[in-house]
Amino acid sequence: MQSDLIAEVEETLKRIQSQKGVQGIIIINAEGIPIKSTLDNSSTVQYAGLLHQLVMKTRSTVRDLDPQNDLTFLRVRSKKNEIMIAPDKDYFLIVIQNPSD
Amino acid sequence: MTKMTNLNNTEKEHRILSHTDVLPDVPEDIFPMVLTSATQELFECRADEDVTQNNPYKLLKKDDILHDMKARAAVSDFHPVKQTVLNYPGEELLLVFDRDFKYGQSFYLVLTEEAKQRILQEPEEESEQYVCRTPEPQQPWVSLGSELEIEEESVKDTRERLKYLVSRVRKKFGAPVNFTDRNALESKEGYIECTSYQDRNFRLIQMERNSATQAVLNLKSSATQTQRTFPRNMYTQYKPRELTEEEKENYMSSENLKNFASSAFSRFEIAIQQNKIMDVFFDDWQALSEGDIAFGGKADTYLKEYQSFTDLQFSKDKSISCIKWHPTISGVIAVSVTEKMSFEERINGSTKLLLNPPLILFWSFSDPINPQLRLECPDDVLSFDFCPSDPNIIIGGCMNGQIVLWDVTAHAQRLHGKRSGERRTTSAYPGSFMAFEEDKENEIPVLLYCAVSSIENGHKAPVTDVQWLPENFEISITGVPVENQNQICVQVVTCAPDCCVMFWDIRAPRPAAHSQAERKQKMEEKQLENPRGIPNTFKYLDLSWKPLIKVYESVAVFVNETYKQCHLNMAHTHYHYIIITRFDIYLMPEGKVEYALLRVPSEKQLKPLEDISTMFCVGTEDGELVYTSWKLGKDDDSGRLLSGKPSRCFIVHDSLVNTVKRSPFFKDIILTVGGWNFAVWKESVMNGPIILSPCSQKRCMVGCWSLSNPGMFFIGKEDGNIEVWDLLEKTHEPSHIQNISTASITCMKPWIISSKQHFLAVSDDFGTLHILQIPWTLRNPSSSESSVNKYFEKEVTRLMFFDKRKETMAKQKTATEAEEQKKKTLSEKTEEESLAEYESYLTLEKDILKEMGVSLQEEDKPSNEV
Repeated sequence: MQSDLIAEVEETLKRIQSQKGVQGIIIINAEGIPIKSTLDNSSTVQYAGLLHQLVMKTRSTVRDLDPQNDLTFLRVRSKKNEIMIAPDKDYFLIVIQNPSD
Repeated sequence: MTKMTNLNNTEKEHRILSHTDVLPDVPEDIFPMVLTSATQELFECRADEDVTQNNPYKLLKKDDILHDMKARAAVSDFHPVKQTVLNYPGEELLLVFDRDFKYGQSFYLVLTEEAKQRILQEPEEESEQYVCRTPEPQQPWVSLGSELEIEEESVKDTRERLKYLVSRVRKKFGAPVNFTDRNALESKEGYIECTSYQDRNFRLIQMERNSATQAVLNLKSSATQTQRTFPRNMYTQYKPRELTEEEKENYMSSENLKNFASSAFSRFEIAIQQNKIMDVFFDDWQALSEGDIAFGGKADTYLKEYQSFTDLQFSKDKSISCIKWHPTISGVIAVSVTEKMSFEERINGSTKLLLNPPLILFWSFSDPINPQLRLECPDDVLSFDFCPSDPNIIIGGCMNGQIVLWDVTAHAQRLHGKRSGERRTTSAYPGSFMAFEEDKENEIPVLLYCAVSSIENGHKAPVTDVQWLPENFEISITGVPVENQNQICVQVVTCAPDCCVMFWDIRAPRPAAHSQAERKQKMEEKQLENPRGIPNTFKYLDLSWKPLIKVYESVAVFVNETYKQCHLNMAHTHYHYIIITRFDIYLMPEGKVEYALLRVPSEKQLKPLEDISTMFCVGTEDGELVYTSWKLGKDDDSGRLLSGKPSRCFIVHDSLVNTVKRSPFFKDIILTVGGWNFAVWKESVMNGPIILSPCSQKRCMVGCWSLSNPGMFFIGKEDGNIEVWDLLEKTHEPSHIQNISTASITCMKPWIISSKQHFLAVSDDFGTLHILQIPWTLRNPSSSESSVNKYFEKEVTRLMFFDKRKETMAKQKTATEAEEQKKKTLSEKTEEESLAEYESYLTLEKDILKEMGVSLQEEDKPSNEV
């Protein structure tokens, strides 16, 4: 039963990874500690720490503007790549993609 | 006890003795009495329990006392005061515990309200009085003569004051008055003068004077303003939190995560595909304009000559063997000047060579005529390099196989400053031999080398390439890369055509080997004054410098045994870039690094670094490229440490390889130039070069990658031409050719000073250094890294394809041959059969003709009728 669930999560991650241009995927828990990542450890830790703060800030901004609203998806586009974050109550899923590849 | 005296007449006779009679000094409104323990218990005034010395007061209710008296009648303790209690106005009577038996008994009852109040308030007064000290009894005054002084000082009337009343005669009141003027000075009687004169009686000088003093506190007012600063974190050291494997497993297997992942996936799918469909942030308009300009005329791609440096004295008729830009000071470039002589000529002219030692010249853009600094070398320097962590240390490799170290810290200021050819006396060199030379040369300081390697242990052939190892790792004695604790560059690699690649360490070797006498001698030597102002930095290495590791390229599988190296290129190892940036702060220490104090640490202390590749590429004199590792392995037979066999060798060039350079954009792309062609290699592809240029008509002397444009490099030719190759534009010929000088080009180095100034330093065989400015079209990255990468990958696949095809072709060939063999054997059989068939056919034919009456012999007869 456990292995099944693990397999399902892995399968979803593989499907994202197989898309063109995806450089890395990170799953972090609500505190910002990485659970699973396809990047190396130091990059993972760096991404997790920084993006966790960013998502918290963004979410509080959205909710301050309208308390009934909530953040569903965050896309940060930079010169070299795009970082996409999907927040949830307990987890965050981060995907880094290079769009111009 | 007035109440007592107002008794009834009947009781007058039996006048009860009041306590005042017995005890005359007890006040009248207090009645001392004894209370039995029963009474005490009843009224809760037990001695020393309910009432104590500190708390002797107890208020008793009148009703209780009356009740007790009724209950016990004459036995009650309160019987003597029965009448008083009955007459008592208030509700409560005060019973006082008299521990000291002040009034004769252990208790006393207060009989009046006023007394009660007074007594209750007494303790406070008494306590106050108790605090004040009783004043000392006054003593009669003893006269000490002070009253006489006071008497004298005090002002008293000696006689009665006289009173005078002055008035005018009555009749003159109100009468008219005549005023006249009269000069006061005319008559002596007009005024009375009291002139001052020195009275002899009063010649006394006042020695004593009474003055009043008052003791006052010294008052000083001052003010301060506190700066309100709140504490702020200067540094924070932290470590990221991580989960253990178990916890990760737990998380991964939670239902929660699965749901989240599947729900989030749809959002991601949309976003990723959106990006793939169209890049919304890509500015097509701007990208369009870039492409247009590239089609501009040839004049746009011309390398303009910015400056040219040549020195009539030092670099005329000589050749420049190596150019290096100063890593930190912009606009400063160093060249090494060598003689253009063959070996025999050198031997014949050796005396002349001794008098004019070869030099390394420092040129600065601010002064095109005079070099800034001259470094003297023991012999012609073929290659030199600045230390990346300390640009004041320069290492060079000489033609006689020695390695030379210079320390230019003393002149660093000079290189920084922008001089304009002023005269300056250099008095720092008292023993200099320049005294008899021209005045102009006094301006250019000459610096002698600090240290040379030992001749026996160094290279046996001219050192052709020198490189510093990066500062994040160092090599131990066995060749294992270990952590560099100093974080500065301390190790150098050199190669020479004597089949050796040597690693050198600029730190002092461990002193355990030295005997006591040697050490003493060394200490004494250090005290000596340096002649000619040589800095002491590397004195410990001078003439005794031994290499750390020698990597012998052992005899390979190939035919040619004479296996010589020429140029080498370190693997730019894949280390953690994050670590490098954090240690940037510590790269330049505050003070000068004392190299003499650094010691080679023992191998056990250092942590070996796993992820540093120990492979390097060497180009040889015969045109080969060797790719091998410097790690020393153990030879099983003898147990000595020997270098391993090279992994790959390729012969690509026809003559010696003069350039092996890595691309600044790709870590594994290498350019090699030699003979009449050049080649581009990819490190992971070991089959051959991915790009091999066609042979050109003139020899290619040197090559270098462009620093801003991936996929572009420059080749210098024997006829003084510079070729600009752009791999994405044309691969069969250079995209631009330009002639710089009539002599052959010896060295080329690009450098970026600012975003608008990209320079290419080119040196030629005449000893002239040309600085060319790279125009915008060439320095602008027209191709992105990814496209160049794609091109290289295509080439790799092509190479692979060709290799595979070769294989398949070879296979096919053998297959076809085998088949043919088979066919041959088969066909032989069939031939026999067919022959047999043919013969049978012939016989058949004969028979048929015979039957038809026509035989072969009767051909002449016309056979029209049967």
